[in-house]
Amino acid sequence: MSKVVAATGNEAVANALRQVNPDVCAAYPITPQTDMMQRFSSYVSDGQVKTELILVESEHSAMSACIGASAAGGRVATATCGPGLALMWEMLFVASGTRLPIVMPVVNRALSAPLNIHGDHSDAMGARDSGWIHLWSENAQEAYDNTIQAFRIAEHMDIRLPVMVCLDGFIISHSIERMEYLEDDEVKKFVGEYKPLNPLLDLEHPKSMGPLILPDLYHEFKRAQHEVMTKVKDVVLNVAEEFEILSGRRYGLFEAYRLDDAEIALVILNSAAGTSKDVVDEFRKGGIKAGLLKPRLFRPFPYEEVAQALKHLKAICVLDRADSFGGYGPLFMEISSALYPLKERPIMINKIYGLGGRDFLPQHAEQVLSELAEITKTGKFKIIKEYIGVRE
Amino acid sequence: MADTVEIRWHGRGGQGTVTAAKVLADACLSGGRYVQAFPEYGPERAGAPLRAYNRVSSKELRTHCPVLRPQAVCVVDATLIDSIDVGEGATEDAIFVVNTSKDPKEIRGKLNAKSGQKVFTVDATKIAIDSIGKALPNASMLGALCKVTHLVSLEHLLEDIKKSFGKKFSQKIIDGNLEATRRGYEEVREG
Repeated sequence: MSKVVAATGNEAVANALRQVNPDVCAAYPITPQTDMMQRFSSYVSDGQVKTELILVESEHSAMSACIGASAAGGRVATATCGPGLALMWEMLFVASGTRLPIVMPVVNRALSAPLNIHGDHSDAMGARDSGWIHLWSENAQEAYDNTIQAFRIAEHMDIRLPVMVCLDGFIISHSIERMEYLEDDEVKKFVGEYKPLNPLLDLEHPKSMGPLILPDLYHEFKRAQHEVMTKVKDVVLNVAEEFEILSGRRYGLFEAYRLDDAEIALVILNSAAGTSKDVVDEFRKGGIKAGLLKPRLFRPFPYEEVAQALKHLKAICVLDRADSFGGYGPLFMEISSALYPLKERPIMINKIYGLGGRDFLPQHAEQVLSELAEITKTGKFKIIKEYIGVRE
Repeated sequence: MADTVEIRWHGRGGQGTVTAAKVLADACLSGGRYVQAFPEYGPERAGAPLRAYNRVSSKELRTHCPVLRPQAVCVVDATLIDSIDVGEGATEDAIFVVNTSKDPKEIRGKLNAKSGQKVFTVDATKIAIDSIGKALPNASMLGALCKVTHLVSLEHLLEDIKKSFGKKFSQKIIDGNLEATRRGYEEVREG
């Protein structure tokens, strides 16, 4: 039985963490994540969870404490955003390299300078190569559902990797929306009892973690990390299938929206995908075959599946809420790589939108779809990467 | 009203405008409707102008951006009319609800409302001082807005306020807010 509520993204994810009831959570407050961890710390104070909450002096320490607690043998979660994730950077690699199944909601926020607290994907994109699994969420419902599924994916005995669950700062974290909560016992049963793997607190079997590895074996170690990533897709799909039976909500590696017979499409992450879907419907009403692809699993990236979903299109635009100055947007680079092996591929353009919380409006999606429709007529495009919604 | 109703609130920091938008969203959940409530985040300061938004729909709400074409505009602080265009983007048949002791006709002129647009006023600050003892006009504005938009019944709204405020406030504050909501609902006038 599910319960319909009006909740913010932060509230929803804090509630998912309450329902999962991790053994340890080490966190440091940072806007717009603060309100999520504040709610979770209330659950701790009120005795609604048995979690040991460790209040630390920085995000670097938060992740360090999570690594220690996870290595000791506990189920561990934390949350952060923007500069907090940047400060964790060194420890992110330790968590994944040590194969610790830590779950971390990331409330996507811009990086300084200039100082900005609003929605932007630069933080998580900066952690792209940290060896973490990335799940992205359009709204509060998806952030809640992904957080619950993240524990199952992270803790799967074939995987044992940390997972970050991304949701847009303010746009989702602080907006109230209708959503559905699962019952506490349903979530408890779904995530199951935590099974530690080689815990340090198993004193009968002493072991050491994080030793120095010289050039004789480091290369092999990193290749092994890649190998485990190749198994993630299947686990993500299996967990999603089980989750659908429980919740009635279906998840995949990405969402393909009206793509089957589409000629033009947008590829876009998170909350802006929702706004764009409404515009896709408007274009369909006007007789233009538009569609949309919204990635969910960003690392490991499902290159073959994405290529299959996009190969028949005439033109696509990849929209990035993060930039690589002097390069293309990070999502564009993934989609280009996915389509490169195809003999015939759609024309591709890249738009940078919404940096530092700049509103992504329906008119922006309209502008891009109109441009794509024009490209399909002429077969020509002027410029690959452009900024939209810029004040001139 | 239409399948999807979009509302824009104009207030000043400290008047409870964001809380009003949140309570409205919660109250509108009934009947399987989809809701959104979100403020525009800037440097939050008491007295600074702010906007908040609601969407209420029978269909799933997927759009995540500010309301640009509101069908209802709720002005919690009438002094804002002098400094910002509260009618920006409002639909031809939009409803305005303004917190003022002034005559609705006078406000109508000040707003430069179009012929299809309706202007309502309510002395929400006075009602708040009478019933809560503080100049917090949000509850009365919420009552007035529900009367003119028919989004939820007064009984339902009062039940929801009891539920939302019950966890946080004393009985005296809850009773004051319920009274303010009821009076806002009853005393709203058209100009």
